[in-house]
Amino acid sequence: MHPIDRDAVQAELDRRREQPVYLHLETTTGSYTALGPDKKPPVIAFVRNAQVTYARGVVTGPGPYRVGLKLQDGWVYADGLTDFVVSERDELLLAGHDHDGYLTVALQLSAQPFREA
Amino acid sequence: MANPTTAGAPVETTHAATPAPFVPAAERGLLVVLPHPDDETFSSGGTMARCADAGVPVTYLCGTYGDMGRRMGRPAFANRESLRDIRERELADACAVLGAEVRMLGLRDKCVEFEDPIEVAERVRAVIEELDPSTVVGFYPGYAVHADHDALGLIVQLAVRALPAGRRPRLLAVAVGDQEANRATLGEPDVLSDIAHTVDRKIAALRAHRSQTEAMFVKWDEDAEDEQGKAFRDRLLGGERFYLLDPHHVTGYERNRP
Repeated sequence: MHPIDRDAVQAELDRRREQPVYLHLETTTGSYTALGPDKKPPVIAFVRNAQVTYARGVVTGPGPYRVGLKLQDGWVYADGLTDFVVSERDELLLAGHDHDGYLTVALQLSAQPFREA
Repeated sequence: MANPTTAGAPVETTHAATPAPFVPAAERGLLVVLPHPDDETFSSGGTMARCADAGVPVTYLCGTYGDMGRRMGRPAFANRESLRDIRERELADACAVLGAEVRMLGLRDKCVEFEDPIEVAERVRAVIEELDPSTVVGFYPGYAVHADHDALGLIVQLAVRALPAGRRPRLLAVAVGDQEANRATLGEPDVLSDIAHTVDRKIAALRAHRSQTEAMFVKWDEDAEDEQGKAFRDRLLGGERFYLLDPHHVTGYERNRP
């Protein structure tokens, strides 16, 4: 992945609007937080291959970046995005990474379903 | 020192006071069943290599592709979509180092506990029947920190339980995390595997799981670990410890399942 180029990401969001797209949205602390010094429970959520259609999608922020997708009946939102790439399957992959390179958040869009195990 | 989180917790089962050694020459086959690529190396890599050295067939039945992991390498070279194939290749490399055959269950990472445990246990049982190992290694349900670990730990226990009495392999369970807290409820581990002669291969296999261990090795190499990191490293490279788990013992984890 590369550091987010806002113009490039905005162009990718515009290219995918007004058509059904598969969404992968995720945030994660990792499953081992209970072993850390604070013994915090993990906080993890993901949605994979939900289909959405957005009329308007915007990337904002000075970096880390936010993305909001305005749906017919609601919103998709992610903050903390730092990196992006368009995969060889033409998936738009946006992710946030911490200083250790660990993924903290992901927002991904694709015309085709994301691969399942 | 008493651990306040486990004080008063029920004792699971009484285990041995002194661990017995793990003896590869006494084994007919070793089957390790854990949910993620790298769980095998972290928990049992030295023991797998010892068995391979002794000519004992070793198989790793891996539950998932670890494709929901958050470690992407340091610096990151994987992403959420490429991680699956990368970890599959890393697992093949690691198990080549350890001398183990790899098989996959193909479950979704982080979702093992939401599967029907009986259904998955049937698949594990079929593999046990086919390979007829003398020992199966799984996680100790309820003492394995990660939800996938606990869930597959129970599934493995159910699989062994479902076998006819004379056909059951010995079930060795791995407890993860706070060892003092585990000792407080489980007692001393029953089996200790001395990995002094295979620790180099365990480290090589850990390195093969590059996306998952690069950040750890950066810290090892810079000697920049905190106390907890050092303790983890010492335990990782010291002997591998297992609890003998009676397949019919109903753990607190199993009792409290929905």
